[in-house]
Amino acid sequence: MNPLETLRVALRALLRNKMRSFLTVLGIIIGVGAVIAMVAIGEGAKARVEESFASMGSNLLIVMPGSTNASGARGGFGSMPTLTWDDLRAIRSEVSSVRYAAAQLRSQAQLMSEDQNWSTSVTGTSPEYFLIRNWKVSSGRQLLDSDIETSSKVVLLGQTVVDKLFGPSADAVGQIVRIKNIPFEVIGVLEKKGQSAMGQDYDDGAFVPQSTFQSKIQGGLQKFLSGTIFIGAISTDATARAEEQIGALLRDRHRIGPGMDDDFSVRNLTEMANAQQEGTRTLTTLLASIAAVSLLVGGIGIMNIMLVSVTERTREIGVRMAVGATPFNILMQFLVEALTLATAGGIVGVGIGIFSAGQLASRFGWPMLIRPDIVVISVGFSALVGMVFGLYPAHRASRLDPIDALRYE
Amino acid sequence: MSLIDLQTVSKTYQMGDVEVRALREVSFAVEARDFVAVMGASGSGKSTLMNIIGCLDRPSSGSYHLDGQEVSRLDRRELAHVRNRTLGFVFQSFNLLSRTSALENVELPLVYAGTSARERRRRASAALGRVGLGQRMGHHPNQMSGGQQQRVAIARALVAEPRLILADEPTGNLDSQTSIEIMALFQELGAAGITVLLVTHEPDIAAYASRVVVMRDGIVKTDTRQTPRGAAADLASGGPPEAHPS
Repeated sequence: MNPLETLRVALRALLRNKMRSFLTVLGIIIGVGAVIAMVAIGEGAKARVEESFASMGSNLLIVMPGSTNASGARGGFGSMPTLTWDDLRAIRSEVSSVRYAAAQLRSQAQLMSEDQNWSTSVTGTSPEYFLIRNWKVSSGRQLLDSDIETSSKVVLLGQTVVDKLFGPSADAVGQIVRIKNIPFEVIGVLEKKGQSAMGQDYDDGAFVPQSTFQSKIQGGLQKFLSGTIFIGAISTDATARAEEQIGALLRDRHRIGPGMDDDFSVRNLTEMANAQQEGTRTLTTLLASIAAVSLLVGGIGIMNIMLVSVTERTREIGVRMAVGATPFNILMQFLVEALTLATAGGIVGVGIGIFSAGQLASRFGWPMLIRPDIVVISVGFSALVGMVFGLYPAHRASRLDPIDALRYE
Repeated sequence: MSLIDLQTVSKTYQMGDVEVRALREVSFAVEARDFVAVMGASGSGKSTLMNIIGCLDRPSSGSYHLDGQEVSRLDRRELAHVRNRTLGFVFQSFNLLSRTSALENVELPLVYAGTSARERRRRASAALGRVGLGQRMGHHPNQMSGGQQQRVAIARALVAEPRLILADEPTGNLDSQTSIEIMALFQELGAAGITVLLVTHEPDIAAYASRVVVMRDGIVKTDTRQTPRGAAADLASGGPPEAHPS
C-alpha cells in the first residue's frame, strides 16, 4: 500500500466526520493561530523598536580624542585633541564597515531671536551627521555640503530651541538667529526626537556647518578636530567589526605600537543593544511556552479522538486485516490520519493567525511582520504533535486481533 | 497434494482459570475445487477451525499446510500476506465498509496487494459483473438489499483470485430465496475452480455442498460425501424445497 493511498484513505475517514475532525483540531488551530498572531505583532513591534534604536544609533560608534598625560596627572578622554581631519577622511574612505562618518564639534552658546534668548549646545558638523542619527527636518531643508564649503552662516534648530526662541507654533525657517552675536539664517527645523535614556533633550540644540563653527563660534586648530567623530556602521551587526577596524586604523595613523596606550577611544552602544536582545529573548521564550502548552493540549485532544475512532472502527480494522492488511498497514493508516489532522490544523491555524494579526494590526495601527520560519516551524510542530499523540492509538489499532475485531459489535 | 492439510491440530484457549480445548488433534484435508460444508452446534469448534484455516488464528499445536505452505508458525504480517493472496472471506454480517461504494469495497484486497488504481478498478468491476452487480458499482451498502450486499462481499472475496473462499454462515442473515441465489453463486465459483469452505448450521444450505463435515466437541464427528443439490435448478423450479426459518 503506497503512502499516497494511505493519505487518501485517511482524508476520506476524516472528511466522513467533518465536524468531529474540526473540533478535534480546534485546540491546535487556536494554539498555532495565537502563536502566529502574537509573533507577527511581536516581530512587528520588535522591528519598530529596532528601527528606533537604529535612529538613536544601535549602529552608532563615537570616536573620542585621547587624554592628556601631564606629569602623571591623566586627564579624561577628550581632554586633548588627538584626532585630525585627516583621520576622519581616512575612516570615511578606508574602513569598509563604516557607512558614514561625521565630526561633532560642540560648544554651549547663547542664541538670540528678535525678542528671546536661549542657551543651548551648538554643534558644528556635516550633512552625514543627520544620516547617522537618522534625523530629518520637519520643515525647511537639511544642511548641505555646499554650506560647509562656503562656510555659510546657516543653522538647523531643534524643536525645543524653536519653541523657546519663537514660540511653539511659529515657523522659524527663514528667520535670523544670532549666535555669539553673529546672525545665522534658520534653514530648517529638525524633527522632534524626544529625550535620551539619560534624560537629555535631543531637541535642545542648534547645528551649523563645521567650517562655520570653526571660524565663527569656537576657533580651533586647523589640523586637529577638536570634538568627536560620529560613525554610522553599515549595520548593527557590523558595529563590532567597525570598532576594531577603526581602532587598528587610528593606531596605525597615530603610530601607536603594541603595548602603548591608545590616544583615542571608540565607544559603542552595546549596552542598549544587549538590553534589546534580552527583551527579544524573553518574548521568544514566552511565546514558545504558550505554543508548547497549546500544542500539548491539542495533541491530547487528537489522541482522545483517535482512540475513540479506533474503537468505533474496530470492525473496519477487522475487515481490513481479513482481506490482507498487515499490522503495519493499520498502524500507518491511523498514524497518517492523526498526522493529517494535526497538520491541517496547523495550516488552518497559520491562516487564522495571519488573518487576526492583520486585523489587529490594521485596527490598532500596530506594525506586523510574518516570519516564514515561524510559519514553517508551527506547521512542522503541529505535524510532530499529531505523530506523537497518534502513535499510541495507531499502535492499539495495529495490535487488534482480527477475530475479535470482526466480531466486535 | 491437498489444498488444505491439517495434521493433529489442537487449539486451547485460556478463559480466566478455565482451559478451553476448542480443537482436539483434528486432522482434516480439503482437495482443491471441492465444496465443503462444515456443520456443528455452537461451541463445537467449527469457528475455531475456520479461523485457523482462514489464517486469522494459529493452532496451539499441530501443523497446517495451505497450498503446500506451512502457515501455522507464520507471524501476523506473513499471515496477512497469505490471507491477501490465497484466501477470500465471506461473513454472515457482510462486513462491508459503510459509506464506501461497492466498487471500492471490492477493491480493498487489491489495495493491500499493491495493485495499481487502474488495474484495481478493472478487476473490481469484473468481479462485480461476475456476481451480477455490474450496474450497482457506485452504490453504498446502505442502498442495497442484504442479498446484494452479500454479493458485493463475494465479489470482494473473489477479486484477488484466491485459491480458497471461506464463508462463515453466508446465508445467516438472508431469506431463503436469496440464500439459494447465494448458494448458486458459490456453486458457480466451485465450477470455475475455486475451493469453497462454508460454515453453516442449516442442513438445507449444507445440501448444496459436495462434502459435509460435522464437528462436535472439538473433533470431526462425521465427514460425508454427497451429491450436491443444484441451486440453479431450485431457482428455476420456482423456489426452495421447503421454507426454513432463518
